[in-house]
Amino acid sequence: MTPVLEARGLTRKFGQVTALDGTDFDLEAGEVVALIGDNGAGKSTLVKALSGNLAVDSGEILFDGIRRDIDTPMTASSLGIETVYQDLALAPHLDPAQNMFLGRELMKPGVAGALGFMDNKAMRGQARQAFDRLGATVRSLVSPVGQMSGGQRQAIAIARAVHWASKVVFLDEPTAALGVRQTANVLDTIRRVRDQGVGVVFISHSMPHVIEVSDRVQVLRMGARVATYKTSETSMEELVGTMTGATGRTAA
Amino acid sequence: MSTEVSTPEKASTPSSPPPDEGNGGESLVQRVVKMQAFQILLVLLVIVIVFSTLAPNNFANFGNARSIVLNASILAILGVGMTFVIVTSGIDLSIGSVMVFSGVIGAKAMIAVGGDSWGTAFVGIGVSLATGLAWGLFNGFLIAKAKVPPLIVTLGSLGMALGLAQIITKGVDIREVPQVMQDEIGYGNVVGQLPVLTVIAVVVVAIGIVVLHHTRFGRYTYAVGSNEESARRVGVKVDRHLIKVYALSGVLSGFAGVLFLAQFGTTAIAGQTQTNLNVIAAVVIGGTSLFGGVGTIFGTVVGLFIPAVLQNGFVIVGIQPFWQQVAVGAVLIAAVYVDQVRRASAARGGKSTRPSLRFGAKKSSPVEQGE
Repeated sequence: MTPVLEARGLTRKFGQVTALDGTDFDLEAGEVVALIGDNGAGKSTLVKALSGNLAVDSGEILFDGIRRDIDTPMTASSLGIETVYQDLALAPHLDPAQNMFLGRELMKPGVAGALGFMDNKAMRGQARQAFDRLGATVRSLVSPVGQMSGGQRQAIAIARAVHWASKVVFLDEPTAALGVRQTANVLDTIRRVRDQGVGVVFISHSMPHVIEVSDRVQVLRMGARVATYKTSETSMEELVGTMTGATGRTAA
Repeated sequence: MSTEVSTPEKASTPSSPPPDEGNGGESLVQRVVKMQAFQILLVLLVIVIVFSTLAPNNFANFGNARSIVLNASILAILGVGMTFVIVTSGIDLSIGSVMVFSGVIGAKAMIAVGGDSWGTAFVGIGVSLATGLAWGLFNGFLIAKAKVPPLIVTLGSLGMALGLAQIITKGVDIREVPQVMQDEIGYGNVVGQLPVLTVIAVVVVAIGIVVLHHTRFGRYTYAVGSNEESARRVGVKVDRHLIKVYALSGVLSGFAGVLFLAQFGTTAIAGQTQTNLNVIAAVVIGGTSLFGGVGTIFGTVVGLFIPAVLQNGFVIVGIQPFWQQVAVGAVLIAAVYVDQVRRASAARGGKSTRPSLRFGAKKSSPVEQGE
């Protein structure tokens, strides 16, 4: 089966620092791949490169087996790739529905739409449905998201990504700032999205979450993929050992 | 960490819709009362009531109200553009100078065409609008593309526009304005006693309100001011939008310039040095945040009337009108203080709303080092 997203030999230098050193990556449709590695291993850089937020110096990216230049977030979006950033990238003064449709507003039909009038009712309705589908408890659809708790904003950012992603979702540390129940919610969401046939890339430092939700684990060290494991065939100890360089093997 | 305040309903039963129908547990009335524009409207009403009590005959009559409104009309047109600019967390100091420059070029064009007809007047209006647009585009390009801070760009164009206006006129005001323009626009009335200038201002304000609050253009204006980077990431063409917003401010300044010609029959080159600050003060008093992302044109209009009514009222009740500046200064500081308190309480949710005044520096997209 062709991976929905594949990277071959990606390299990116920031001055003297080599953030990506010929790294490979692959993701199938309908699976959850955990991307792990110590701080500075290149996880976030790799996600930025694959989501159109960073140009690479060399290497190639294949989408559905075809070589593509994913050079802007808009290119990624048009391919059905969405990202939940660590900083969530929400506009704090806009409400959840406005955030969900920002840049992709639904316009009123006919002349009104051509004049720039938006169909707020439709957007609010669809946003409500999207939040409900994820079990996201969004208190208010008309309050600015800046006034909401970290968990709620996280839920909104994830709901937005999932709503628009038809192929791939990147989640950069989605559980880092969450309580127990919100975390369970996020992990649930990840499974649900996977079951719809979307590939999910899950970056986390939390090995229990990685083991709990992922199908495969790819380990980065010093800018390169050093190992790929089937989650069912590995252990927390092995993952930590590979991350830190204590042990290593390349298998699948 | 913030405290969790999500609804107690189980996350596993999402099908039951929250009871508040998405109004966040706040009724419309509660939200209106919390709006700064509404609070400032109450302040204005109190001021009006005080003056009406002190001078029931001289202050509270139609003629006086008409003159207050007429004097605020041109400023209201400038205020519409300024509100858009400040909502993007920018600033436009050049409006007064652009107004003068556009008036001068418009007057020159009308002299060149000659005659006293409507045709001449429309040439002048068109030329002034185009001149204002050109300055707005100049500001916008430098701010959005060259990444020069708006404060600096518009401070520069303030000086340039005013200086060029003085060079072109050799410092002497142009007083030749087609009669039809002064009679029909400057002194004209509709429905009896309603000044044409005020009607024009009301139309501009109404269009501004609709565009800011109901169109995608307005939505992007808030988004750019709220979080430029996240707007960029979802595909909003932030640079192009900023250029459009400053262009809008420029066009409205040009329009204000030609309306000023119609009202006073002179280019008043030295007369607009305080205009930018007066308009900015009105926008801020009306609840638009200098940090961007928040604001209403309705608030700006209310914010314009506070200085206007104070000035008028002080004269009528026999207080030195200089007190107006003192009072307006105090209201301005109080308004920003209220905004700060509000934003501090809103920021409990997270760091993304922490104030970082940045009309000094448009955030250039940081080159983030990957981890």
